[in-house]
Amino acid sequence: MKPGLQAQVQGVLDEPACATNRAKPEAERKKGCTKPLTPGAAAGGCAFDGAKIALQPIVDAAHLVHGPLACEGNGWDSRGSASSGSELYRTGFTTDLSELDVVMGKGERKLYRAIREVIEAHRPPAVFVYATCVSALIGDDVVAVCKAAAERYDTPVIPVDVPGFVGSKNLGNKLAGQTLLDHVIGTVEPAAPSSLDVNIVGEFNVAGELWQVKPLFDRLGIRVLGAITGDARYRQVAMAHRAQVTMLVCSKALTNLARGLEERWNIPWFEGSFYGIADTSAAIRTMAAMLVERGAPADLLDRAEALIEEQEANTWAALKPYRARVAGKRVLLYTGGHKTWSVVAALQELGMEVVGTSVRKSTDEDKARIEQIMGDDTHMFENMAPKDMYAVLAGAEADVLMSGGRSRFVALKSKTPWVDVNQEKHEAYAGYVGMVEMVRAIDRAVNNPMWAEVKAPAPWQAGFVPAAPSSSSLRVVTSDATDFEDC
Amino acid sequence: MARLVAPRMSLSTNPLKSSAAMGAANAYLGVDGAIPLLHGAQGCTAFALVAMVRHYDEPIPLQTTAMNEISTILGGAEQVEEAIDNLRRKASPTLIGIASTALTETRGEDVAGELRALRARRQDLTDTAIVYAATPDFIGGLEDGWARAVTAMIDELVPGRGRTHARQVNLLAGSHLTSADVEELVGLVRAFDLEPIVLPDISTSLDGHVDEGWRGTARGGTSLADIARMGESACTLVAGESLRGAAERLEARTGVPFRVYERLTGLRAVDGFVATLMGLAGASDAPADVKRARSRLVDAALDAHFHTGGLRVAIGADPDLVFGLGAALVDLGAEIVAAASTSWANPVLAQLPTAEVDIADLGALERRAAEAGAEVIIAHAHGRHAADRLGLPLVRAGFPIFDRLGAQDVCRVGYRGTRAFFLEIANAAQGRRLTPRPEHFGATPAAEEFEHARP
Repeated sequence: MKPGLQAQVQGVLDEPACATNRAKPEAERKKGCTKPLTPGAAAGGCAFDGAKIALQPIVDAAHLVHGPLACEGNGWDSRGSASSGSELYRTGFTTDLSELDVVMGKGERKLYRAIREVIEAHRPPAVFVYATCVSALIGDDVVAVCKAAAERYDTPVIPVDVPGFVGSKNLGNKLAGQTLLDHVIGTVEPAAPSSLDVNIVGEFNVAGELWQVKPLFDRLGIRVLGAITGDARYRQVAMAHRAQVTMLVCSKALTNLARGLEERWNIPWFEGSFYGIADTSAAIRTMAAMLVERGAPADLLDRAEALIEEQEANTWAALKPYRARVAGKRVLLYTGGHKTWSVVAALQELGMEVVGTSVRKSTDEDKARIEQIMGDDTHMFENMAPKDMYAVLAGAEADVLMSGGRSRFVALKSKTPWVDVNQEKHEAYAGYVGMVEMVRAIDRAVNNPMWAEVKAPAPWQAGFVPAAPSSSSLRVVTSDATDFEDC
Repeated sequence: MARLVAPRMSLSTNPLKSSAAMGAANAYLGVDGAIPLLHGAQGCTAFALVAMVRHYDEPIPLQTTAMNEISTILGGAEQVEEAIDNLRRKASPTLIGIASTALTETRGEDVAGELRALRARRQDLTDTAIVYAATPDFIGGLEDGWARAVTAMIDELVPGRGRTHARQVNLLAGSHLTSADVEELVGLVRAFDLEPIVLPDISTSLDGHVDEGWRGTARGGTSLADIARMGESACTLVAGESLRGAAERLEARTGVPFRVYERLTGLRAVDGFVATLMGLAGASDAPADVKRARSRLVDAALDAHFHTGGLRVAIGADPDLVFGLGAALVDLGAEIVAAASTSWANPVLAQLPTAEVDIADLGALERRAAEAGAEVIIAHAHGRHAADRLGLPLVRAGFPIFDRLGAQDVCRVGYRGTRAFFLEIANAAQGRRLTPRPEHFGATPAAEEFEHARP
């Protein structure tokens, strides 16, 4: 690892603003929350993947991957971050390094040309250049190439020096945050900064989730100045230093970015979530209070309270028809980064029983809330191996699994309804309206008549019963053994 | 469960149904060496011929009695006789399947009586079987005509009771089945060491194949000899409620009991069919490939239900097809929000899990689909106009399909066909997945100053 990169990795790992990390002894603190990756038992993405996930939602930038094909070719066009403008971020750009490039050391030249070509073809506001394992190994100086190209073509060219081998996806998120701090934020000044400008960090607008909460801000006159990075324009990210408050959306990974904004530009931040009714309300309330503290008109507080009251009432009214359809259903929650207690509370309110919830990435504070809501901690678990989860589901101990894509097939193969709650999902579950959508998705999953069909025994299995005749007006011959003989 | 309604309108906009006579012609073409003969004006045949050629992409040996002004007034018996003679001379058909049209039925031709007289007078005609079905264009649609032709063939070509062969079964194939559907069902029957006689068997005549030489008749299909042996079968399996009458007639003539399968699309529906086959074969287990096909269908249902759950479907087709496909989708959590069909005669429509079925046209289906916010339309190729106007994907099913090749290769029955159908619908639903936009959520667009001004 190059010394510069090493220092950067060290820097982001030792995160002073993370309560979990602060609680650790000094020696461990430097390791941050990065667990050593276990060969043969690792399932997550690499650091490059994490950096790309965090930056790619900047919709009008070109995202150019400097490496052999797999890094971009195998993974592009698979994420659900939505754009209201440019579609350039969805275009897969890569230098597609060949064997000859590697052997002859032509990587830097190819990268420089690729940057020129992408700028000439698309005139983007900026180009993000992602280093990869191979470009790092062959010693391509991505930073220098980017610098030269930026000067020559008068376009910001940002090196994202995060080769996959440096660590996990989570680390890549952090390094992406650091990249924005070092190269992007503070490079453009907003025309008319206002006392109601905020940053939203760690919300990637998957399936349009940012737009589910944006109308709430619109109504309060709050402007999302720095969107990091859901549906973001490059210039918007570059203006983030002029916001009054930063909201860090349930993402420990980008804490360094929120802290950096505070240290460099004195922007206070808070952590919140848009999943669940209570969390959404809390986020709005906190944001309003912090804005007023920073000089926003004091009536914002009352307006926020009125909005919360109205929205909560509307949401419960919208959820009411589903109560009869989902009450009594037992839910197993297996989520990653989402704070789950707020969702748990809402599901319980609708009469559902949460039989278990993962607390893999929850803080102690979160765990305490869950324990408070669920009565005890017997239903909290860290990790569950697929085999164990299959046993739980096949044993009918839960009626529906809500999880990310990795456990999707554990649910399906055990013939258990499943609701997708991860980054690749196609439905948006944020804010008040998102909660209604989520309950609707649960209803659709658990009440699909298909489950009874696929669980019924086959004709050659014990206990097979032919489907009931659909109407008595038809002459339907029952199919007991004697009947087969005369037919 | 469904109420059958007819819109209170005199105007039919964009017909959904094809004529009964064309249905009879299609059915006759499932008999080896047959030529369908429409008893009517040339145009009756010309329109049907064009529609059939476009659908099957095959030469269709459809002929006409070419009624003219004089025969229309004085009677068409001579036209029929002349047509029979000409067809026998030119193409030596094994079977001439006559279907009447609105013209001859309105004038009141007694074709059955005339045929009796003709046979009595002309002993030389005995080497060609002649079947007649009354299929006026003003009663029912393609499915009804098909059923009438099958009934007529049973009446005419099945001699009566015979010595029962325990492993021989009849399979009456409804008009909703494609060549590939029939082939799939035949495969299932054979998988249990049972030998089927299919009537009519379009899987070997209208499947699209190239054989040696030229024949101006149906090139494949059930042989007359096999039809004659249908009285020796252990059981008649009936694919489609529309053929219940034909099965009853067969039972009355031969004593062969029957069982009707209102649909063979859907997991539990096929299970019922397979259970019967196991019973007939005396088997307690199924062959490995049948089990595998079922297991794959279960997996497809699991994968597809994410897209079919709550999917709002509009469907227009003949009754058996509406029921088969519609009910299978409801099994997967879809909702039939608009249904149109062609005939009052088939009671299966009342069982479609939806509130109302319009016995109407594509115009009615389009109206209902728009009102109900349908997300997918299932109909034949003429449905493309409605689909275009509503911006919805069209899943082509039924007759005619003239703007896609391989209409007869699409299999939607049995475990395999159901699997394909579920995936097809899920893909149609995915195909129209809307890209989320801020305005869908009532959010304001991004501020102008954030946008990059391209140099």
